[in-house]
Amino acid sequence: MLHNLRQLLRYRGLIQSLVARELKARYRGSVLGFFWSFINPLLLLSIYTFVFRFVLPGTHPAEIEPYALFMFCGILPWTWFSSSLSESANVLIGHGNLIKKVLFPAEILPIVTVLSNMVHFFLGLPILVGFLIYYWRPITLGEIAWFPVVVLIQALFTTGMALILSALTVHFRDIKDLLSNLLTFWFFATPIIYPMTQAVNQGPDFAKNVLNLNPFTHLAISYQEILFYPGPFGHWRWLLALGAASVVLFLIGYFLFDRLRDSFAEEV
Amino acid sequence: MANAIEARDVSKVYRRYGHRRQFATLKSAILSGSFASDLKAEETFEALKGVSFDVAKGRTYGIIGRNGSGKSTMLKCVAGITRPTRGTVKVDGRISALIELGAGFHPEISGRENVFINGIMLGLSKKEIAKRFDEIVRFAELEDFIDAPVKTYSSGMYMRLGFAVAIHVDPDVLLVDEVLAVGDEGFTHKCLDKFSDFRRRGKTILLVTHSLGLVERFCDEALWLEGGRVRATGDPRRVVGAYVTAVEDGEEALLAREDARAREDVAAHVAAGGPPVAAPHDPVAVGAANPAAEPTPTDMFLASAGRWGSREVEIAGVTLIGDEGPGHVFHANEKLVVRLAVTAASPVTDFVFGFGLFNADGVCVYGTNTDLEDLDPAEINGSGQVDFVIEPLGLIEGTYKIDVAVHRRDGYPYDYHRLLYTFRVKSRTKDVGIYRPPHRWVFSDGVKLTTRI
Repeated sequence: MLHNLRQLLRYRGLIQSLVARELKARYRGSVLGFFWSFINPLLLLSIYTFVFRFVLPGTHPAEIEPYALFMFCGILPWTWFSSSLSESANVLIGHGNLIKKVLFPAEILPIVTVLSNMVHFFLGLPILVGFLIYYWRPITLGEIAWFPVVVLIQALFTTGMALILSALTVHFRDIKDLLSNLLTFWFFATPIIYPMTQAVNQGPDFAKNVLNLNPFTHLAISYQEILFYPGPFGHWRWLLALGAASVVLFLIGYFLFDRLRDSFAEEV
Repeated sequence: MANAIEARDVSKVYRRYGHRRQFATLKSAILSGSFASDLKAEETFEALKGVSFDVAKGRTYGIIGRNGSGKSTMLKCVAGITRPTRGTVKVDGRISALIELGAGFHPEISGRENVFINGIMLGLSKKEIAKRFDEIVRFAELEDFIDAPVKTYSSGMYMRLGFAVAIHVDPDVLLVDEVLAVGDEGFTHKCLDKFSDFRRRGKTILLVTHSLGLVERFCDEALWLEGGRVRATGDPRRVVGAYVTAVEDGEEALLAREDARAREDVAAHVAAGGPPVAAPHDPVAVGAANPAAEPTPTDMFLASAGRWGSREVEIAGVTLIGDEGPGHVFHANEKLVVRLAVTAASPVTDFVFGFGLFNADGVCVYGTNTDLEDLDPAEINGSGQVDFVIEPLGLIEGTYKIDVAVHRRDGYPYDYHRLLYTFRVKSRTKDVGIYRPPHRWVFSDGVKLTTRI
C-alpha cells in the first residue's frame, strides 16, 4: 500500500493532465464554456435566496444577514463535495476501458474527479470575493491563513470518501442511486442554509449532537467563520480534529481501494 | 542472455457471474448479511492453469491458441493489467501493450491533446511526447486532422492514432494482442515494418495472434495455449504445425458430429410421421409403394438435406477415406475415396450410381453418374461396395457437401442421400474459385522466379 502511495506521486503529471482534460472536455461544445463554473453556483444561490427571502421570509435570524453571502460560503464548498462524490461513484465504471485495457493506476480516477471539482470550486471563489467586496466584509490575514487549511482538509476528506465510494460502487451498483438521496439528506443536515446557532437553540436536543457528528458541519462552519463572521477563527480545534480524522479516512479509503483493486478489471 | 519476461506457474481464476451474483445489490447484501462474502468469489473459472515460460531479451515470442484458451489473459498478466491469482510474472523494462488501441482517448478533445494524455498514461513524460509528436502524427497519417476532436475520427483513424502513440512509447517489451487488423494494407505493412525495426534494435515482442503465418514468419519462438495450459513451446513452425493438426482434429470431430446429426434428423423425420417406407426386403411392398409418398423434390438443386427413395437398392453407409484413412478433413493434394456400402435384397438390373459435390455456397461443383459415363448396369444382388475415387482431390480450401444416389435410369429413386455428408478441404495454397484445374506454370528464359521457402 505504501509502495502504491509512493507511485501516486510519480503519476502527478498524469493527474494534472487528466484534470485539465476533464475541465476542457466538460464544457466543450457548450456556448458559455467555462462560465458554467460560475453560473452553476450562482443559479443555486439565487434559488435559495428567492425561497428564503420571498417564499419563507423571517425564517433566518438577523445574525446571518446578508443571507446570500452566508449561504454562498457554504454552498460553494458543498457543491465541490457533493459533485465529487456523485461523480466518483460512477468514475470507475465510466472509465472501464481504461481499467480493463491499459496499465493504469485506477485510484487516479476518483482523485482526478475530486481535483477537477476543486478547480470548479476555485473558479467560483471570484464570485464570493465579489460578494465580500460588495457587502464590504473585511477579512483579517489571520483568518485568511486558515482558508487553505480548510480547503486541504476538505480535499483529503472528500478524496477518502471518493475512494471508498468508487471502489464499492464497482461491486454494488445501487450505491449510485442511494447516494443522490443521501446527499440531499446530508445537505439539510449541514448548517449551510441555516446557522449552527439556530439549529442548536431552536432545534431538538439531539440536533446538536447529530450536527457535530456530521463532518461537513465543521467544514461549513469553518468557511463561514473565516469568510462571513467577523472576529478571529474560533472553530480551529474542531477543524484540526476533522483534519486528523480525514487523514485516517483517506488511509482507510486507500486501503479498501487497494484491496479491491484486483477485482476492478473483472467487475467494471 | 537475460530474460525479458519470466512467467512462473501463472494461474488466473476469474469469478464467474452466477445468476445470483448478477443481481447482487447493496440492499440484498446488507439484508442477507453477505456484504463481506459478496466481495469474494464463489463460482470460479480458471482461465490459466499454471503457465510458465521465458522470453529472452530481444526475442519475438508468439502465443497461439483457440478462442478462450487464455491467450489474452496471459497477455494482461504480463502487462500488469490483471494480477495472476497464483504464480509470478516478471518483466524487465518498460512495457507497452497494444491491447486496445486508443483505450484512453477522450472523444471530446482534440487528437493532439489525446496524444499527450495517452502518452503520459503509457509512461512518457510531456517532454518526450513533444519530441516524438510529429513522428507520431506522421505515422498515424493524421496530419490534417490532429486538431479535430477525436469523436469525429473514423474508427480506422482512431486505431491508427492509438497504435502510433503506443508504438512510439519506445518500450523495451512490446505486447501485441491481435491488433494488426487496423487500417488498410499499407498501414499494416507499416506496422510490420515497425515491428521489424523493433526486433533489429533488440527489443522484445510478445505477440498474441490467430494469424499463424505471422507467427511462422515473424517469431523466434511460439507458445501454444490450450484450455489455460501450455500444450507446446519452441520452434514456431513446429508449434504451428502441431496446432494446425489439432485444429483439424477438432474440425474433424465437429464435422463428424454434424454429419451424424444430419442423418439423425432425417431418421427422426421419417420416424415422426414421414410416410411409411417400405422395408427393402419386401419387393411386393416396394412395388406398391408410391415413390411420391416421400416427396421427391422437383428441383433437386433447391432441395435441402434429406433422404428418400424406395430402397430396392439401398446405400447403407458412406465413408470418406483420405490418405490417412476415414475422416472429414482432407488436404487438397491427397486422394479421396467416397465409399458406398450398397445392398439389394433381390436382384436389380436397372440402376445408376450418382455423385454430386457442392461447396459451402450451395454451388454444384461437380456432378456425374454411371449412366452419363457410359456404364450400363448389369445386375446388383446382395451387398457390395462402390468407390468413387478422386485423385488428387484438387479442390480449393473450404467446406463441401456430398450427394450420393442410386436410382433407375428413368430417375425413379432407390435411395437418394441429399447433402448428408460434409467434409473440409485444407490447402497450403490460398487460391480462389470453385475448382482447381490441373495446372502448372512454365516460364521462358527471360522470366525468372524462385520458389518461396
